[in-house]
Amino acid sequence: MIRLFNVSKRFGGKLALKNITLDIEQGEFIFISGPSGAGKSTLMKILYLDENIFEGQVLIDGMNLSRISASKLPFLRRRFGIIFQDFKLIPTRTVYENIALVLEAAGKKPSFIKKKVMQVLRSTGMRKKAKAFPLTLSGGEQQRVAVARAVVGEPSIILADEPTGSLDPTSARAILDFLMEYHKKGTTILIASHDLHLMKNTIQGRNIELNAGRIISNDIML
Amino acid sequence: MIHFLKRAIADILSNKFLNLITIITISLSILMVSVFLLFFENAGRVIESWNQGGRAMIYLKDDFNADKLPQLKAQINSLGDIDEIVYISKEKALDTLKKSMASQTTFLTTIKKNPLPDALEIKIRSHNNLKEVQTLAQNIKAIDIVEDIEYGQGWLGKFLKIFNLFKITGYAMCGFFFLMALFITANTVRLAFYSRKIEVDIMRLVGATETFIKAPFYIEGLIQGFAGGVLGLGALLTTYTMVSSGITQSLAFYVYFDIQFLSFKMVMLIIFSSTFLGWFGCYLSLKQIFT
Repeated sequence: MIRLFNVSKRFGGKLALKNITLDIEQGEFIFISGPSGAGKSTLMKILYLDENIFEGQVLIDGMNLSRISASKLPFLRRRFGIIFQDFKLIPTRTVYENIALVLEAAGKKPSFIKKKVMQVLRSTGMRKKAKAFPLTLSGGEQQRVAVARAVVGEPSIILADEPTGSLDPTSARAILDFLMEYHKKGTTILIASHDLHLMKNTIQGRNIELNAGRIISNDIML
Repeated sequence: MIHFLKRAIADILSNKFLNLITIITISLSILMVSVFLLFFENAGRVIESWNQGGRAMIYLKDDFNADKLPQLKAQINSLGDIDEIVYISKEKALDTLKKSMASQTTFLTTIKKNPLPDALEIKIRSHNNLKEVQTLAQNIKAIDIVEDIEYGQGWLGKFLKIFNLFKITGYAMCGFFFLMALFITANTVRLAFYSRKIEVDIMRLVGATETFIKAPFYIEGLIQGFAGGVLGLGALLTTYTMVSSGITQSLAFYVYFDIQFLSFKMVMLIIFSSTFLGWFGCYLSLKQIFT
């Protein structure tokens, strides 16, 4: 499903990723760990082309990301549900509007959008906050909105960059449980986090550990 | 489409001040352009009435007789775009003169020979270009039987020269105001875009196409242009209503017509141009940003 061959990424003179080769199958739960600056976020950003590939090849469902045209990029991104480290919620739009944006961009019908958005708002426990603006919410609530936005389009891959980074243990656990439910439905999930302890206690999946842009271990966590 | 319209209105409302300034600037530009157009439309009508719709009088030589009329008409018709030719015999001309002078015609009874010449009154179809009219007049005058031709060449020529000078200045000013409004609209869209850059970046990351991102900006530009056009014309109509009756009364001795507001066709053209201006300003900005 996702294949990386000798992928490198350079920022100025510094290599952020060095010869990453990786295979991720449909329905896997991948945990990308490592200290700050290890290249976790860069690896995630390369997958949805928020960062260009400097060297190597990335294939997603057989689609070569190095050759993808600008007009096809939005369609690639719709395969992903992305949970950003800084939430990336639009402050001038309500919780409902932030989540609905994904479906509106995909050209879905208003009646379908309403039904789907209300459904994910209920499942994330944010129904009562539908009309609230992101900046009036707590960090945990904002993260739940970000998760709701990531799953509303029923993507085949969920990418989560430090999804529990700014949350208390209870909220963090709730987010991970929610992602686990989607994993059970067959969604491929990639979580980048430095909190290995929390992940090990919560998730069964594969841990890819990065350090200084290199893969130093690639193990199944039990 | 409804989604984009709602989005555009929401964006306008969230940035009221900037949008208001843009709409006012467009409306002022449209007002200036409309004032010029109002002047030209009315001045054009004055000239038309003075020019009697492009009429000219051809005075014929004494040796003319009615038998030569069909040949002369055909000759004149072949020289240019003539709408109609009316023959006025010297007898008819004298009768008309007598009728028009009414009680002051006693001296005419003492005249033994009719001093008036036979004449043709012609109506030139396209008479807005003075040079064309002049050329046609010269060609007609070159016909043997023609003594002279009169089409108000003296004063009308001078007036048209001044009027054309005004017209060129007016066009230049219209162009200037149009460009000014265009740059301000383009700048507003650019500012609006950068003020929503985070939003646009997020939209891109969640899979929005460029069309999806750009559409509300275009609709915003169209709304700004349309509102500016309507507001500018509204201001002109209000001023016209308040001022026109006074001007018409004070000029009643000099001109025998009402100052009219812009024609419906012109109003539609202005609103369309203004709306297009809003769209085009947006297009220029987004083209620059997205490349």
